Formats: sequence, C-alpha cells, structure tokens
Amino acid sequence: MAITTVPETPRKPGRPPSPYSARPQRTSLGRKVRDNLTGHAFLIGAVLCFVVFSWYPMIRGIVMSFQRTRRGETTWVGWDNYSRIIADPSFWTAWQNTFYFTVLALALGYVVPFFVAILLNEFRHAKGYLRILVYLPVMLPPASALFLFKFYAYDPSEAGLFNAILKALHLPTSQWMQSPEMTMPAMVVASTWMNMGGAVLIYLASLQNIPGELYEAAELDGAGIWRRIVHVTIPQTRLILALLAMLQIVATMQLFIEPLILANGAGAEDSATSVAYLIYQHGFFQNDLNGAAALGVIMLVVLAGFSAVYVRLTAKQD
Amino acid sequence: MAQDSGTRTLISQSQLSRGRGKVIYWTLLVVVVAGFTLVFLGPLYWMVTGALKSGQEIAQTPPSLFPKDPQPQNYIDAWNNLALAKLLFNTFYYAIGAVLFQLVFDTAAAYSLSKLRPMFGNVILALMLGTLMIPAMVLIVPQYVTVIDLPIVHINLLDSPFAIWLPLVANAFNIFLLKRFFDSIPEELMAAALMDGATSLRTLWSIILPLSRPILGVVSIFAVTAVWKDFLWPKLVMPSPETRTVSVGIYAFAGGTPMNVVIAASVIAAIPTVIIFLIFQRNIMSGLTTGSIKG
Repeated sequence: MAITTVPETPRKPGRPPSPYSARPQRTSLGRKVRDNLTGHAFLIGAVLCFVVFSWYPMIRGIVMSFQRTRRGETTWVGWDNYSRIIADPSFWTAWQNTFYFTVLALALGYVVPFFVAILLNEFRHAKGYLRILVYLPVMLPPASALFLFKFYAYDPSEAGLFNAILKALHLPTSQWMQSPEMTMPAMVVASTWMNMGGAVLIYLASLQNIPGELYEAAELDGAGIWRRIVHVTIPQTRLILALLAMLQIVATMQLFIEPLILANGAGAEDSATSVAYLIYQHGFFQNDLNGAAALGVIMLVVLAGFSAVYVRLTAKQD
Repeated sequence: MAQDSGTRTLISQSQLSRGRGKVIYWTLLVVVVAGFTLVFLGPLYWMVTGALKSGQEIAQTPPSLFPKDPQPQNYIDAWNNLALAKLLFNTFYYAIGAVLFQLVFDTAAAYSLSKLRPMFGNVILALMLGTLMIPAMVLIVPQYVTVIDLPIVHINLLDSPFAIWLPLVANAFNIFLLKRFFDSIPEELMAAALMDGATSLRTLWSIILPLSRPILGVVSIFAVTAVWKDFLWPKLVMPSPETRTVSVGIYAFAGGTPMNVVIAASVIAAIPTVIIFLIFQRNIMSGLTTGSIKG
C-alpha cells in the first residue's frame, strides 16, 4: 500500500486535537482506516441498541399509523386510523384531561419547587437533611407511592388521612378519586409529591451559581426580597427555568401510571382518562396497535409544537 | 453547607445573624424542617405503620397514629402470598444486568465519541441526543411490536431479560453524561498512553475508567433506580407471573388482596431503592446536577 503523507490540517477551533488523529506527519491511510474502524467498533453496541429500540421504532410508529393489519395482512389505509381515533369521543376527553393535568402540574410542580429551592438556599443549617427529604419520594417505585395515596390519603371514608385532617379542621371532606372534580387535583398532588425532588435539586444547583454581587447591588439600590427575586434570581436562572418547564410539559403529557393506579384507569366519569392511557387501551386491550400508533404520532406532533415554542422563546431572550 | 458562609445569597449573611433577622431565620428553619419532615417523611411512616394495622383499625375514624396491636403478619402474608422473594429477585436481576449492559456499551460509545472521534461521530451523537426529545409513550407501541419480533433475526424477546436490558442501553442521557466526563480527561494522558504503544482498549481500561469511577457510579445508580421504578415497559414485556418485576407484581395482585397487605408489599418493594439512595445520596445528587446544568 502506498504511504501517503498527510499534512497537518488545522482542526476546528475550541476542540483540542485528539491524539489519534493529530499523530505525527507520517500517517498512513491504512492506519487512518484502522483508527476509524476501532472508533466505530467501540460505538457499535450502543448504536445497534439505538437502531433497534429507538430510531427504527420511531419510523415504524409513523408507518404503522398509516397501515392496518388484519389476519396477518397489512394494508395501507391512509389517514383512516387518524380519523377513527379522532372520532372516538374519549379522544377529546383524554386531551382535555391531559392538558388540565399539565396546567395544574405546572402551577404546582413547577412553581413550588422553585420557591422551595430559594428557601433551602438561604438556610445555613439542616441543608443536607432537607435535600434528602425532598428527594426521598423520587426514589420510591411509583407504584408503591401511588398505592399509599390510593389507600390511605384518598380513602373517601373519614378514616382516610386527608379526610381526617379536613375533619379535624372542620372543613368539608371529599370523595377524592370517586369525585370527578377532585380526581385531577388529587392526581396532581400525588404526582408532585413523588416528583418534585429532582426539580428542587436542579434549581438549587443553578441558584448557587448566581454571583452574590448582584444581590448586593440590588440591595444597595433598595430592592426588597421580592424584587431581588424578580430582578436577580429569575433572570439569572431563566435558562434552567425554561428547560424545566419544557421537561415538565413533556413529562406531564405522558400521564399514565397515576390514572392507572389511583383511578383504575378512566376514573369517575372518565375524569382520569389521559392520552397515554388511551394509547395503552387501544394498543393492548382493543388490539388496535395501528390506532395506538396514530395516537402516538399525534402526541409527538403536539409535543414538537411545544418544543418549537420553547426554542423560539429561549432564542429570543438571548 | 458550612463552607457557603462566604457566598452571598438572596438575603445577606449579616441580616440573618443579627437581631430580628436571626429570630425570623430560626423560626422559619424550625417550621420548614418540621413541615418537610411531616410532608415527606410522614407518609412513609404512615405506610410502614399502616401496614402493621389490622383491617378494622385501618377503617376506624379517626385514624390511629400508632398501630394498637401491631400485626407483622401482614408483612409475612405479603412476602408469601405475593411471592415477593421471586419478584424482588427478578427486579434485582434485571437491575444488575441493566447496569452491566449500560456500563459496557455506553462507556465504550462515550469513549469512542469523546476520544477516538471516528468519522460521523458527531452525526451519531446528534441522532442519539435527538431521542431525548421523544417521549417514551410515543414509542411504546412500535417498540413493543419490535420486541415481539426483532427485525431480521425474528426473535421474540417477551419474558426475556434482554427486553429490559437492551432498550436501556439506548440511553442518550448516559452517553452524554459519560462523554462530558471523558472530555474533561486531559488529552496528554491519551497521548502518553499512545506513545507507550497502548491499544485503545487498554487506554480505556487502565487510564480512562480508573479516573471515571465517580461518573460510573452515578450511571450505575441511575440504571438500578430506572429498572426499579419502571412500570409500563416491564408490565408489557414481562407478561408471565414468573418474570414480573416487583412493581408490576404488586399491581397485578392489588385487586384481590387486602389493602394492608398490598401496602406491606409496597413498603418491601420500596426498601431497596431507599437504601441505595441513603447510601449514595451524595453521588446521586451530584450526578443529577452535572447532567442538567448546561455547559
């Protein structure tokens, strides 16, 4: 094989040269090919898993949503699955419920952790203990935590924890999961309790990166605590705030295990049916995998819409 | 943290340690510590002790704070009737396998992307990171269809642990986390190893991995908790009672089992992850923040 001399090419700025590519002048073509092969050999395991379990299913989901399989025979049916899914009255109920959950979960699960983090960041004592407490529920298997809520907290009799507290405070008790109006708020409370730890820790980490001089300066200008939060804390953490808003929307749109366990699926008068639960229903109970795939694509499109808005908003701020 | 005392936060140090500020600070601290203990630890106490109560005691109003006549029998019933030993063993087995598969394949991939930088490496990384935008629920149906009939080889992975292990390898977050850590390892170390004639595998094994213990620990802990917490996927791909995970098993039994026994089983299912958390909380928290902060 001919030995070619490869001149040192300037690498892209901001990236230290890799010792494997910026080796001495006498780099043979064979060596280069071999290095590339080594690199790809290290990648192959993970890439295969991505191909089989992520990238290919992604495409397959879209293809399936335009097909129909009957007795082993697959035919193209165009938008049929979509129109069938949308014509189903529970489709709109499910989207309504899911949006309702997302909005409530943003109000509770997104705003509350931010202020909890601000509070914890001011404390000089018991910090470690408080962090462990907040994150502890995140480590529970969701099924365990939800059975706890289902059987104890949301027991509709007066023996239930929440009802006992309400009664002790002389407030009216509730039927919780058996009352269509209370289903969503009750699910949001359980879900927030289970999940807020992660957001609190992420906020805490970003709060610690705020330069103290900014607060100093704001205080000298006469800004009170609230104005310091509005004019220093929030602008300084806005990227994390935006990112977590996005993640929270994506996570809550997938609402599934809460309805399944707390409300036995659909809940009182369909008050708990979510889009994800509908996917599960179609796919694994009604033997309508194509309809479920179409629902999945619709969900993807809606979430892509949110992502586009997110990118737009964060790009504008810079 | 005590070492924070130099840094300034929302409220100044001096304001907190003098006069009225000091009183407010300590009052607020006591209220928050008590409130958080009640809100986050209270339910767990309720769960552990509630599972010790008899059926009548659970239904009584107002609910009792301590079990009057503790019934450890509920825990024993849960253990025996739900075959928790088997369910816990399955979950543990899936978790360990998930750790091994992720450590081997994700570390190798991150090493390649960070240090070997083969052709199209950046494209592959971008495609991987793109999957972070795709919610799990969107893929659940096509993924399930793929698993029951793998393309080309036509193998059915239902009830096989590989149905849990392999999809978990396709974890862009882990690869990103590992790659970022490897990026911070100086290139000089790599160059030195190269001079000594070490192969890429040897460099990975004796230079990169020993330096990366903290991040490997974080990835392992995340892998264990992911398996322990997952519900829908194991429910779908492990349909037989013999291969179920503990969460799915409890759910399957919940219908026909007395509720204090279900709660007792939930407590037992939660113990492993809670213990892991208490031991490794420092690593978990650092991993969580390194992964999420942009840089």
